[in-house]
Amino acid sequence: MTAIYRRELKAYFQSMTGYVFIAFMVLFIGIYFMAYNMMSGYPYFSYTLSGMVTIIMIGIPVLTMRSFADDRKTKTDQLLLTSPVSVAQMVLGKYFSMITVYAIPVLLSGICPLIIKLNGNANLKADYASLLAFFLLGCVYIAIGMFISSLTESQIIAAVGTFGIILLLLLWPSLVGFLPTSAIGSAAGFLILWSGIVFAVSRITSHGPLAVVLEAAGVLSIAVLYLVKKDLFERALTNVLEKIAVTDVFQNFASHYIFDAGGLVYYISIIFLLVFLTVQSIEKRRWS
Amino acid sequence: MIEVRNLVKDYGGHLAVDHLSFTINDGQIYGFLGPNGAGKSTTMNIMTGYIGATEGDVLINGHNILEDGEEAKKCIGYLPELPPLYVDMTVEEQLQFAAELKKIPKKDRNEAVNEVMELAKLVDVKGRLIRNLSKGYRQRVGLAQAVLGFPPVIILDEPTVGLDPKQIIEIRDTIRRLGQNHTVILSSHILSEVSAVCDHIMIIDKGRLIASDTPENLERQMAGTAGMELLVKGTKEQILEILEAIPQASDVSVQESEEGINRASFRISTEPEEKEEEEDIRETIFFAFADQRLPILSMQTTKVSLEEVFLELTGEGTAEVIETGESLETDDFKGEPAEVNFIEEEEDGEGDEES
Repeated sequence: MTAIYRRELKAYFQSMTGYVFIAFMVLFIGIYFMAYNMMSGYPYFSYTLSGMVTIIMIGIPVLTMRSFADDRKTKTDQLLLTSPVSVAQMVLGKYFSMITVYAIPVLLSGICPLIIKLNGNANLKADYASLLAFFLLGCVYIAIGMFISSLTESQIIAAVGTFGIILLLLLWPSLVGFLPTSAIGSAAGFLILWSGIVFAVSRITSHGPLAVVLEAAGVLSIAVLYLVKKDLFERALTNVLEKIAVTDVFQNFASHYIFDAGGLVYYISIIFLLVFLTVQSIEKRRWS
Repeated sequence: MIEVRNLVKDYGGHLAVDHLSFTINDGQIYGFLGPNGAGKSTTMNIMTGYIGATEGDVLINGHNILEDGEEAKKCIGYLPELPPLYVDMTVEEQLQFAAELKKIPKKDRNEAVNEVMELAKLVDVKGRLIRNLSKGYRQRVGLAQAVLGFPPVIILDEPTVGLDPKQIIEIRDTIRRLGQNHTVILSSHILSEVSAVCDHIMIIDKGRLIASDTPENLERQMAGTAGMELLVKGTKEQILEILEAIPQASDVSVQESEEGINRASFRISTEPEEKEEEEDIRETIFFAFADQRLPILSMQTTKVSLEEVFLELTGEGTAEVIETGESLETDDFKGEPAEVNFIEEEEDGEGDEES
């Protein structure tokens, strides 16, 4: 794992991607910091970080796009996969190298709250907690980008796909507002969701009977629940789907100054899930 | 020892490997021979754990590559069709990285890297970026990477493809040297290449093993389909008359190539068993023409191309002598590479990677 980690890290700084990414991040942190904190005199650095959430949406796909797509295209994955290194170690090595590159501008921005402190009142605890949440949010985005990159050979598709998904996650809280809140609407929504999951399962396992059984079980349980306890479905769809909005956790830190420990655990769980999915996607490619 | 049992690889309805089984013993050089798309690379990719198999098992020194991958992969050095090199690294960095991946202990790493750089003659280019290396050098880096740490089994997928004759000879020599104390498996679609290097040949077609024998035995089988081509100063009738008197020559055809010079081609139909005792047919032909005072301007043996051997082996058609323009395939009978005299001309053929 350390071999892959070091090679990837070196590659980021040999191919300019690393420098460009860091320069890009530092430039925009600087601009937001100057505009919000220096010129407008707002004492919270977390406000600057809120602005940065849209900026990493552009930066992170550039960082993650080549992670697996490039290996697959140049066939260097043959070296990695035929070496005595497990796929999980390979994925983690690459993931940690990307996190390291991302951590550099985040660490550099750690100076900003101190600059505010030098000029008057600062809220160091809130700011550094926000910085931690911002870092983990970036790690979630990197995991998304890595997963998308493992699905394709094309760096462009990987970058655009990652950008699209991060944008969707950013818009998610507003999008959820359009969902029906009535019980019957929620039940229908769950049915559609469940059918989608079953469809995906049947495509991956290509096991027809299993899909039929799953679908029947899902429909039946939703129908029974709806008939027995109708009020359970009031706003249920919105409540469930709201949870996907990963930026909400960061906003708790940055706007409401709440240390949302559960949210951080949620971030880490998503990262685990995506790393797991990346391993699975590589394994699947080998076996098909 | 490598055991391949009932291997199947199904690419969505197309069987790339079709119930393939064989055993590879230690300390020999094995050659996979087959036309393009025969399943050689797929088999090698499965054997090295790059891709999974639809069915079947591969045991490398008792470790199943599909289940106990890490242990099995430690026993293998692999050079795929396209050397898997990171173009943004230098030769030395690449090899250091590979050594680390192969879990060579840190204290032995420098020594191991230097050793393979010597072996593949890479010392001069060790500081160069792989991006700037020519195909031949990249192939050598790939080879060095495969033999790094000297694993007991070395698998090379078409190691000489795209190289100039001098490099081909160098790589063959390296492979022969490695074969002295390693098991080497290499694939090729060039018959002479495999017969020049390997102790044992396995012919694969359409994912199935159709022949597995020593090169001597296979060559004997194929000798019945070798042919010869002559350039003789004389009339068509004279040549036909002489050649028809020689019992081994069949399917004689004569074409006029220049004024008074005819090109004759025919098959040599030796019975495989008789080959040993028999005198060289070239002598017979020479004296036959000399007796008639017809000068032979050139004489060339043509071997059947691999495709013809396949047709022969799979019984799908009749073998036919075809002339191949490639120097590699028009070896003479003894299997000595005919391209030896290229060396002088190709001496400076490596200058292209300077750019």
